[in-house]
Amino acid sequence: MTAARAWALGVWLVCIAAAGLIVAQAHIITDLSAFLPAHPTPTQQLLVDQLRDGPASRLILIAIEGGDTAARAQASTAMAQTLRQDVQFVSINNGEAAAGQADREFLFKHRYLLSESVDAARFSPQGLREAISETIDNLSSPAGLLFKSLLPRDPTGELLNIVDQLERSRGPTTRDGVWVSPDGSRALAVAQTAASGSDSDAQARAMDAIRAAFAGVLQGKLKGAAATAVQLKLSGPGVFAVLARAKIERAAIRLSIISSILVVALLLIVYRSAAALGLGLLPVATGAVVGIAAVSLGFGAVHGITLGFGITLIGESVDYSIYFFIQSQRRGDDPSLNEWRKQWWPTIRLGMLTSVCGFASLLPSGFPGLQQLGLYSISGLIAAALVTRYVLPALLPANFAIRDVAPLGLTLARALQPLRRLGALKVALAALALAAVCILVLTQARARLWNHELSALSPISIEDQNYDARLRADLGAADVRDIVIVSGADLESVLRNAEAAAGPLQTLVDAKVIGSFDSPAHYLPSLATQEARRGSLPAPPELRANLKQATDGLPVRIDRLQPFLEDAEATRHAALITARDMAGTSLGAGFESLILHQKERWNALLPLHSVAAGGDIDLARVAAALSAGKPGSQARVLDLKQESDALYASYLTEAIHFSLAGFLALTILLLLALRSPRRVLKVLAPLVLSVLSVAAVLIIAGVQLTILHLVGMLLIVAIGSNYALFFDRQGHSSNPEGQPLTLASLAIANASTVIGFGLLSFSQVPVLVALGCTVAPGAFLALVFAAALSASDA
Amino acid sequence: MNWKLFAACACSVVLAVSTSSAAPRKPPPSPPLPMQDSGDLNEVLAQLALRKHGHVEFVEQKFISTLDRPLESSGELRFDAPDHLEQRTLKPRAEALVLDNGTLTVDRGRTHRVMDIHEFPQVEPLVESIRATLAGDRAALERLFRLEFIGGISRWTLTLVPLESKVKQMVAQVKIDGVRDQLIKVEIRQTDGDRSLMTLRPSPNP
Repeated sequence: MTAARAWALGVWLVCIAAAGLIVAQAHIITDLSAFLPAHPTPTQQLLVDQLRDGPASRLILIAIEGGDTAARAQASTAMAQTLRQDVQFVSINNGEAAAGQADREFLFKHRYLLSESVDAARFSPQGLREAISETIDNLSSPAGLLFKSLLPRDPTGELLNIVDQLERSRGPTTRDGVWVSPDGSRALAVAQTAASGSDSDAQARAMDAIRAAFAGVLQGKLKGAAATAVQLKLSGPGVFAVLARAKIERAAIRLSIISSILVVALLLIVYRSAAALGLGLLPVATGAVVGIAAVSLGFGAVHGITLGFGITLIGESVDYSIYFFIQSQRRGDDPSLNEWRKQWWPTIRLGMLTSVCGFASLLPSGFPGLQQLGLYSISGLIAAALVTRYVLPALLPANFAIRDVAPLGLTLARALQPLRRLGALKVALAALALAAVCILVLTQARARLWNHELSALSPISIEDQNYDARLRADLGAADVRDIVIVSGADLESVLRNAEAAAGPLQTLVDAKVIGSFDSPAHYLPSLATQEARRGSLPAPPELRANLKQATDGLPVRIDRLQPFLEDAEATRHAALITARDMAGTSLGAGFESLILHQKERWNALLPLHSVAAGGDIDLARVAAALSAGKPGSQARVLDLKQESDALYASYLTEAIHFSLAGFLALTILLLLALRSPRRVLKVLAPLVLSVLSVAAVLIIAGVQLTILHLVGMLLIVAIGSNYALFFDRQGHSSNPEGQPLTLASLAIANASTVIGFGLLSFSQVPVLVALGCTVAPGAFLALVFAAALSASDA
Repeated sequence: MNWKLFAACACSVVLAVSTSSAAPRKPPPSPPLPMQDSGDLNEVLAQLALRKHGHVEFVEQKFISTLDRPLESSGELRFDAPDHLEQRTLKPRAEALVLDNGTLTVDRGRTHRVMDIHEFPQVEPLVESIRATLAGDRAALERLFRLEFIGGISRWTLTLVPLESKVKQMVAQVKIDGVRDQLIKVEIRQTDGDRSLMTLRPSPNP
């Protein structure tokens, strides 16, 4: 015996040490990848790239509220000035024209390479005549006085063409030189970070930099009442990721602490023994360490969110020690332990195995977050059960004793008396009736049973999401939801493909299917296109002759246009533009944000804008136009929101299927172990009934079920199966005097579970609330149903 | 991306280019103006303020030094007090310019632009000079211009000289001729000597 104890302790210590070592070196990741597919399809890969590194992921939307218009504008200007010095930001756009000096010079200098109107016909006598006539017509417009000085150098109006090219989307309103919301109540700015949106640490640093710059403005430029009134608000995907992480971490830590305190208090009251408490927490702690180590070994890294759910493991693993102490308590000596091993350990083992079946259904999921949760739970539960079986008996002190909980058990047994008198038939009928009602409720709500939107999981409150949507609407163009993606082997080919896609897209603009589109080729045309445009500029004698012919009869004389001839000749000998030439301009930032370069893949993004702000785009027509335009141009349409919702919906469907498979496996396991369909039915009935009841109540309360509710249901089955198996074991036990103790241990285990999960439902994080409000009532109902069904049987 | 680049370019390139290409010529010396008569000005503005709607036809000539002959355009102007002003150009090319409560909408061919005139210091005085005069809004005029008034209610000339140095780089003055509550002529003189002259007459179908 002593040798066996020593072995058990030795193996346990070695395991703990090894697991501890692995945990200490575990790589904890906090990016979005827990929610992204492990093996993406090409379209999903684009989505993943978008969510991780895309231009949309790098935007921080900045709003300044309160105070008056002037104070907000001043704060916006001063803050932007500070932030433009910060290398963390690729660009700070707040509508200030001052930021665009470099842009204007770039556009004007390269106008003949950038303008889409430039082709061979443009500089023929007729082409020149048309272009110059149009420019002169423009001069007669009320705004003509503003453009007139362009005429000598740019008589064909290329600059205005380029500006049109880049400016087809609606921009935000400007007041006092900076962007404001349409009602003028807040100043707006958009910061683009150098780091990708999925790098939460970098996003957090960028947010801090913005806050610090704003605080600096309040202390410096703005004084007095204006400074106290203006407020800074940040939004955007990176901001959300940071907030979500902080929120989950805070909630998980706070709730873990509170529930640990409550469970410890409960156990102290029950055991009246510090030794029992300390020993009782051993399986939990071992399970947690082994679980994290297993995930780290299996996946190479641990998602922060997996750690966040560690609390769920306390729920079941603390039960094992409760069962052990209470059920083996009558005498602290070996005969009793042996009896426990013989009578109760097989039941705990079977309960543990059914839980493993349930959690195993998470393993094949395509959702890394769920896979990790599954592995964590399985390894943690096995470790906790093994510690309870082999380590706890070895560590029990000789004079170990806890308070006698038999009176509690007797009270509970008496409470079950009325059910006993009711008779098996009536209880079974009542259970059937309840199941029927629940199924009716669920089938009635069939269509809206599950929430298929990814945002349902978002820890960000609806108010924050609405605020974000409002800022995006204010900014107009910033919301990139529908994107045409064009691929290529290198920058030149991707730009050529983007130019090829522009034709069909322009047809869609003319047909009012889309309002407008952006393209990186608007900022930087492919070298081929640039070369063609440069080549279309005739040599000086020819251009002069053409110009002379073109201006005949027009109110402009050729000698006035000498600057144009000089610029055209300079362009003929100038180098083509490369991405490097755009450095330091906001055009460079605009270009960069539309080009994704990953390994050997280049993607150009062509964001689509709807005709009316906030309107929907008929993507089927876009896709049809693109495939009809030029086969093999590699253009694909991506609806970011729809794509990510579809991705989540596929996880959900998959998880539901796997859970049903898990339930089937669990049933087979029980059939093998209990060898009686009737007993299996009696074990499963309370579990099914409580899952149905909880789902029905949630639906009636207006909650749509998410993937986390599904995980919660798995937990109900995992925890509840122990209860049902104990009652089953009790019913077939030759020793009826243990019954009050069993009842007491189950009640206490149940109380600790309800405390732990009940607390979750008070958190602000939807995923935790979903788990809490499913498991807490579900575990309680599972116990009640199991007790009722077994009591009526006796 | 880069919203409002249009604004930045349209206005600022113009300035950058105009200062770099041709050196601006000195404006012709304007004749010394008599002391403004505050009483008569107030009377005219009060008359104007009483008119809530206006609908006139206009012919505008632009005298631009780089062009050999003046450019002519014509159309109609509508005004609804206090802050709705429409300039619909019909020839040579249709264009609608609508100012409504500080927001300027420009429709020309396929292009449609919306801008806040306060964000364009170069545009604001051009539009505000007419709007504020039609509205009889002396405070709005004095926010942007130094006012010089000659004549009386039966025939008057109001000269508006920009206060902002940025505006002064482009616009030397706006001169408005009127009879009672009717505007007859609006002349915009640019700093480089170019000018536009808008002649107004009541619309036959008001």
